[in-house]
Amino acid sequence: MARCGGRRCAEHGGMTVVARPEAVTRGSGRLAVELDGVVKRFGAVTAVDGIDLRIRPGEVVALLGPNGAGKTSTVDMLLGLSSPSAGTARVYGRPPREAVALGLVSAVMQTGGLLKDYTVEETVRLTAVLFGRDRAEVGRVLERAGIADIGSRLVGKCSGGQQQRLRFAMALLPDPELLILDEPTTGMDVGGRRDFWTSIREDARSGRTVIFATHYLEEADAYADRVVLMRRGRVVADGTAAQVKALASGRTLRATLPGASEAALLALPGVDSVEVRGDSVLVRARDTDEVARQLLTRTAARDLEITSRNLEDAFLTLTADETRGSAR
Amino acid sequence: MTARNLPRFGGFSAGMIGLELRRMLRNRRTVVFTLVMPAVFFLLFGTGSGARAERVGGGNVTGYILVSMAVYGAMLATTSGGAMVSIERAAGWSRQLRLTPLRPAAYVAVKLVLAMVIGAVSVVVAFAVGAVSGAQLPARAWVLCGLLAWVCALVFAAFGLFMGYLLPSENVMQILGPALAVLSFAGGLFVPVDQLGHTFAAIARFTPVYGVGEIARYPLTGDGNLPVAVLNVVAWTALFAAGAMWRFRRDTARV
Repeated sequence: MARCGGRRCAEHGGMTVVARPEAVTRGSGRLAVELDGVVKRFGAVTAVDGIDLRIRPGEVVALLGPNGAGKTSTVDMLLGLSSPSAGTARVYGRPPREAVALGLVSAVMQTGGLLKDYTVEETVRLTAVLFGRDRAEVGRVLERAGIADIGSRLVGKCSGGQQQRLRFAMALLPDPELLILDEPTTGMDVGGRRDFWTSIREDARSGRTVIFATHYLEEADAYADRVVLMRRGRVVADGTAAQVKALASGRTLRATLPGASEAALLALPGVDSVEVRGDSVLVRARDTDEVARQLLTRTAARDLEITSRNLEDAFLTLTADETRGSAR
Repeated sequence: MTARNLPRFGGFSAGMIGLELRRMLRNRRTVVFTLVMPAVFFLLFGTGSGARAERVGGGNVTGYILVSMAVYGAMLATTSGGAMVSIERAAGWSRQLRLTPLRPAAYVAVKLVLAMVIGAVSVVVAFAVGAVSGAQLPARAWVLCGLLAWVCALVFAAFGLFMGYLLPSENVMQILGPALAVLSFAGGLFVPVDQLGHTFAAIARFTPVYGVGEIARYPLTGDGNLPVAVLNVVAWTALFAAGAMWRFRRDTARV
């Protein structure tokens, strides 16, 4: 993905995969999103359990996690649809409700939110009226969302994918700095999903900040510069898709090394486990590059093979309900 | 990027009212309910030769029944206008609107205006049908009865809003339609109160339709207990408005 390479992916260094907003703050220096110790409780249930998150303008961030991880609750607070039980949420330096009213942030919600007896064009026109934008904008966003040809169709007669494009058109109308998508492709078929993401990507090229909540791993992997993995209301990993994958499982290095010593291999930096099977060794490590360097320069190892687990493995590892996870 | 400003009046605008009105008139059920049905009721029950011949005040019984049916129509129209919020909440539209600069109070104001516009259309349609179907009213009563039927129907706009926030159902009018019919009987809109018998007549004065009917017909009949009727309308409007306010506050706090 072109946009991932140049702009930002390189800047997350090291293994502590934590975003560092101060490192590259562009433009005015204003953060797109700033969550400080945000907690959201519903009665006895804690949906969001202390999140700190900083998102810079221009980032495309996936909020990834299983159902019930707190993604939607987080999104709701960013949109001012609910307020945090503790902590503060700010969007472009303002309270979310204000940012929404000014059109700085808009969203494509998962389901609902449309009236069946409006036409597509009327729905967008109403949005334009509310944001005080002129009629020319309506045609522009219908075009951008790829539904200009069905403007006169009643919303109730539109397919799920068309309705989602309509929500997208409405979200584009105020020309927001930040676009939030909550499970945007739920219920779409594969083709619809791909088309939808193509529109989003085209749009993000203009430099808009995009945050999308999803439980589709491949979406996070393919479209996000940064993945924020959530579990039980907390952020359990934050970095590029590659870093999150590495964080969860590391990589596996396989090599042929006759007479390998398990103890010596384990002593190498960053090694988690070692398996010796005859002439083959299998090393799991967080930093396989370093292991490879050592093996190739200091030993007779050959036939090196380094494999990465996919994001799905990382996802499962990091979000599994094991005892380790909940104790910080 | 364009300059970002908040809309005036919290988003309350003629543009929104226009679009909403267009949508409301697109709904065939609403049109039948609020515009056609009262007129048909009038033609069925109010235009017999006996009713045409019998005099009331400065007009005939047909005219009397016409005013009652106009009240009924205005009531249905304003109720369904207010009750639109229930459909919109069920569809998640209210939530979507919270992603715009529209203030909740402006939203309610738009709904009230819509309810009253539809109510006015309903009264005009009923009176137009009446005028060509033998209803006789003094010129002054045509205007005043129509205006009063319309203005007093505000109580049902508040009622519709209250119910719209109370009942999160997609077909709330299927509940409210029959409820309004029962209230209309109880309030003497379909049958004059003094024909209901002593007990019912006493109870009728406390039901919400009674006051509207009495006031709207007053310019024609010139009798009836006007102070009680006014008190009735004011009290019910206050009650329904308070109820709507209470649910509205809860609703905006929750979403």
